[in-house]
Amino acid sequence: MTGINKDWRNDIYGVFKDLNITMVSHVPDAGHTPLINLCEKDNEIDVVTLTTEQDGVGLSCGAYAGGRKSALLMQSSGVGNCINALALPNICRIPFLTIVSMRGEWGEFIPWQVPMGLGTPKVLEAMDIKVFRADYKDEVGSTVDAAARFAFNTNRSAAVLLSQKMIGAKQFKNG
Amino acid sequence: MIDRRPFVQKILKNRKDNLRVVSGIGTSTWDIMSAGDNKGNFGFIGAMGQSIPFALGLAKSQPDLRILLFTGDGDTLMSLGSIATVANHPVNNLTIVVLDNESYVETGSQPTATAGKSNLELIAKGSGISNSYTVTNENDYEKIINTIYDEEGPSLIVVKCQAKATPLVFPHSFDGSVSINRFMSSIKS
Repeated sequence: MTGINKDWRNDIYGVFKDLNITMVSHVPDAGHTPLINLCEKDNEIDVVTLTTEQDGVGLSCGAYAGGRKSALLMQSSGVGNCINALALPNICRIPFLTIVSMRGEWGEFIPWQVPMGLGTPKVLEAMDIKVFRADYKDEVGSTVDAAARFAFNTNRSAAVLLSQKMIGAKQFKNG
Repeated sequence: MIDRRPFVQKILKNRKDNLRVVSGIGTSTWDIMSAGDNKGNFGFIGAMGQSIPFALGLAKSQPDLRILLFTGDGDTLMSLGSIATVANHPVNNLTIVVLDNESYVETGSQPTATAGKSNLELIAKGSGISNSYTVTNENDYEKIINTIYDEEGPSLIVVKCQAKATPLVFPHSFDGSVSINRFMSSIKS
């Protein structure tokens, strides 16, 4: 069941609980922080902080081999780090789920975020990842639920892109 | 310098039922397969740098099994940050054995960073894996077996090996889905 909560991060957390996703790895992003905090407070969920996003791919696959479902949370800039690692779930037909907070698209302030933001959907599709996208808060829960079921039911890789329009673009001030 | 193939075979001889073995890309996979086909083995043949995080995920999911990763210095150097992740999300059932031949033997024996100034035992210790040591004598395999089965992990052992090419010993299948499902069947049963 994926109700619509005040904060869409609670909807993602609800999917994790519904589908028994018990390991969540991440290189943090402000957009994911409330979700990471929810997972940290849950004794049934192991939260693993990575040093690079690609390690979340191997971690997820190892967890699955041991019988646990997991999800990798990252910012769009991390997707590029994962490319070769994504061969692992692909060739082994291991279900792999990642939830990506987008930068470099809607009202972005930092030019350095734009290249990987533009490249993110193309890179994922190039690696045969099924890409889902949520542009509005009320569709986050159902989109993550659909992506997770796609991954775990069909033994494929799935990514959910959370749009910057929905998350909100931070405007930076000098000084 | 240790002759890696018989050394790995010695460690895996009379392996216990609670052991599952993972190997990183390259010679390590041929090494473990040379010790005999076993459903409890999973060997990487690609995805360089991913064997340590994979072994961590497996160890976290199966706390009652002992998880042993054999991998090379090249694979390890590609994902040094994963050693810090292992140290900070510790699993007491994981042993990483780095078969360190100081070279990329499979591609023509180009030297790795460990042929230069880098020391993986010190990197592991500095990352927070206190149970880390280096083995240079073949007679020390029993010490490694003790670490694998009985010591509190995570542990990282550097085995200094000769840089020589060894015969390829192929796994049961090159198809990853066949390999992982076979491996997983050894965990379910």
